[in-house]
Amino acid sequence: MKLLKNLVGWVDDRFPLLDTWKEHLSEYYAPKNFNFWYFFGSLALLVLVIQILTGVFLTMSYKPDALFAFASVEYIMRDVQWGWLIRYVHSTGASMFFVVVYLHMFRGMMYGSYRKPRELLWIIGVVIYLALMAEAFMGYLLPWGQMSFWGAQVIVNLFSSVPFVGPDLSVLIRGDYVISDATLNRFFALHVIAVPLVLAGLVFVHIIALHKVGSNNPDGIEIKKNKGPDGHPLDGIPFHPYYTVKDIMATVAFLIVFCAIVFFAPDMGGYFLEANNFVPANPMQTPAHIAPVWYFTPYYAILRAVPPLFGSQFPGVIAMGIGAIAVVFLPWLDRGKVKSIRYRGPIFKAFLASFVISFVGLGYLGMMPVTPTYTLISQVLSVVYFAFFILMPWYTKIDKCKPEPDRVTFK
Amino acid sequence: MKLIKKLWMLVLLSTVPVMVLASTEAHLDKAPASLSDQASLQRGAKFFVANCTACHSAAYMRYNRLADIGLTEAEIKSLLPEGSKLGSTMKAAMDSESAKMAFGAAPPDLSVIARSRGNDWLYTYLRSFYVDTARPSGVNNVLFPLVAMPNILGPLQGDQALHVEKHEGGHEVKTLKLVAPGSMSTQEFDATVGDLVNFLDFMAEPAKLVRYKLGYIVIGFLFILLILTYLLKKEFWKDVH
Amino acid sequence: MTDNVDRSKRRLLLAATSAAGGVAAAGMATPFVLSFMPSERAKAAGAPVEVDISAIEPGTMKVVEWQGKPVWIVRRTQEMIDLLAKHDGDLTDPAGTVPQQPDYCNNPNRSIKPEVFVVIGICTHLGCSPSYRPEVAPADLGADWGGGWFCPCHGSRFDLSARVYKGSPAPTNLIVPPHQYLSETMLLIGDDKQKGAA
Repeated sequence: MKLLKNLVGWVDDRFPLLDTWKEHLSEYYAPKNFNFWYFFGSLALLVLVIQILTGVFLTMSYKPDALFAFASVEYIMRDVQWGWLIRYVHSTGASMFFVVVYLHMFRGMMYGSYRKPRELLWIIGVVIYLALMAEAFMGYLLPWGQMSFWGAQVIVNLFSSVPFVGPDLSVLIRGDYVISDATLNRFFALHVIAVPLVLAGLVFVHIIALHKVGSNNPDGIEIKKNKGPDGHPLDGIPFHPYYTVKDIMATVAFLIVFCAIVFFAPDMGGYFLEANNFVPANPMQTPAHIAPVWYFTPYYAILRAVPPLFGSQFPGVIAMGIGAIAVVFLPWLDRGKVKSIRYRGPIFKAFLASFVISFVGLGYLGMMPVTPTYTLISQVLSVVYFAFFILMPWYTKIDKCKPEPDRVTFK
Repeated sequence: MKLIKKLWMLVLLSTVPVMVLASTEAHLDKAPASLSDQASLQRGAKFFVANCTACHSAAYMRYNRLADIGLTEAEIKSLLPEGSKLGSTMKAAMDSESAKMAFGAAPPDLSVIARSRGNDWLYTYLRSFYVDTARPSGVNNVLFPLVAMPNILGPLQGDQALHVEKHEGGHEVKTLKLVAPGSMSTQEFDATVGDLVNFLDFMAEPAKLVRYKLGYIVIGFLFILLILTYLLKKEFWKDVH
Repeated sequence: MTDNVDRSKRRLLLAATSAAGGVAAAGMATPFVLSFMPSERAKAAGAPVEVDISAIEPGTMKVVEWQGKPVWIVRRTQEMIDLLAKHDGDLTDPAGTVPQQPDYCNNPNRSIKPEVFVVIGICTHLGCSPSYRPEVAPADLGADWGGGWFCPCHGSRFDLSARVYKGSPAPTNLIVPPHQYLSETMLLIGDDKQKGAA
């Protein structure tokens, strides 16, 4: 014990070890009224670690070569000892990452976590989300199955609708005239090192920004307003040990769900691993029905809902892009007097509910083949989706809010 | 109790993306396949090696993995083609180029066919050939029109003829009738194809045999850990008023 | 805040959770560690090799690959075999006390049949593959040379039973792999169990 103490002392003289521990864990005061929704931040961090760890091991057996990529994935699934497990954890992790991140973002929208003074924290979060989409999209090409190939082909071709530079731009991204070995190789490089580095950096900055402004809570009130004689918020508790033990419990609960998928339904009925992706990529033949993976489908549905203008798909592409980043504007669109949904009026609640319905509905329609009825529904839902943002300054202002309490509600 | 409810919510929310899509595909018969039926898997494996590997490869499947379904080394050795070793992958006897010349399309590799097509599709497809003299192979398939593959199971199944009933509104009902019996009865043939599909399912993911068993252990253990961490959390949170 | 806390209960729960968590962590680490072991493909490539030895002329050597390593099969002439017994004093381990060979090859010839010698052609010093020098007393190896192997990397010398000469950097004799005769002319290298050693 003495030896350990000396070692810690030695390090602490040269590195702010204990200060960091105190600032971010043992003396980081978090509101005591966190509910279920506040698990998803730590869970997102957990999934990031899982993805990096399994990713490193997959890289050891995967071959980023159009001739060998598909076979090397099957090699991992059959020949590498326990390779199947590592691969399923990675593929399940990709989808679960989005489940967790979507719930984490929705939490922020419910409790107004994007509002002042947390605007920058929110923006960093949105950038993480965009980086995550890039990461997932490029990772999806790597198995080099039919869905990998044609999904990438369609998405990259969206860039060719950009006026003037579009065709050159898509060639630049692919490094070829179609998705090819060159594309696979560069997506591999971006997927395994470039984007993960950016993600890790952004997550670090996200946490630093959070600890600067302090966590929001389900009541949407600032706990720093009520400080005790010791200078700590009266409604705050040290993150460690209280939220460490709570998050560990949530981690185990999450792992139960995670393992249930990994061991009993890694395909998730075709949502996490698509059947057509077990056919090697064939540039000569498109599968009858292609759709992106489920976490991209809401935006894909928006893309398809927007009619071409002067024969150009560009308006749809723009709508899709704005749809994906729209949440970044929330801090400046929301004019409500309160932050949390608990004290908001019925209008905000109705709009938030319609937003959720439109997002889930678009996600469903994005997976379905195009029919006139579905296109019409997609168009209606797209309007609902954007109305949530565009009308926000108006409806949050006129909404009748309930008075916020002075102290957080607990038990 | 409140906490239990919350945990349930976590479980439920994590499975949000599970929505069952309505299928507009053709009707598929349910394949009588079960990975726990080792005898069926073994029959399927032998049938596959004897009947399919002449044209189709299973390039990711090693013969020695047949030990996973209980075949002994001697039994596996008896299945090995000339020049193959126990650790060899299943290669087609016919090379892909000449098969393409003969049939017009290269026979697909079957290693993961059960994952791309699904058991029920395979089971239905293999039983849906019918006589069509307009085709070079003399047969056609209800599920896979203009299929290049000849009906190599024809001698077992017998010949089927297609009957199309036209209903109002252009709706068609296609039925197949056995017109010349093969060497097997319909029940025998269906069971044989069932065994084959069962084996294809195993071959598409040999890890499936371990996956389920390990899953119960892992999840069981995690539940114990969940109880412990819940008690720990409850104990610490006694401090918070 | 921390008044009337049952410290012992807390400690017990912490210990129990840590122990179970440790088991979980070890369980999670296992597949990752095991994934570093040879894959099924590597195992298939390293499977026992059957060799037809009927075409090997007396005094010559055939090289086959087993587990990615060169395996030498030499059909020794009677003169070669006779020479082997005459220089025990020059060898580091003439009797094979270091178990570099299966029990059934722990004899002066280090082989099942005296005339057929099987050995892994990897120097026990730093892993180079020595050259076959069957000739007696060549100019570069000196008058004492009775045939054997010479490692070009660091000059280790081995006799025709792949026993190392004193003064060589290699510490031990070369390794004789497990092997067995399937018939008079068929040798199985890498496995001696199925049909029992000869």
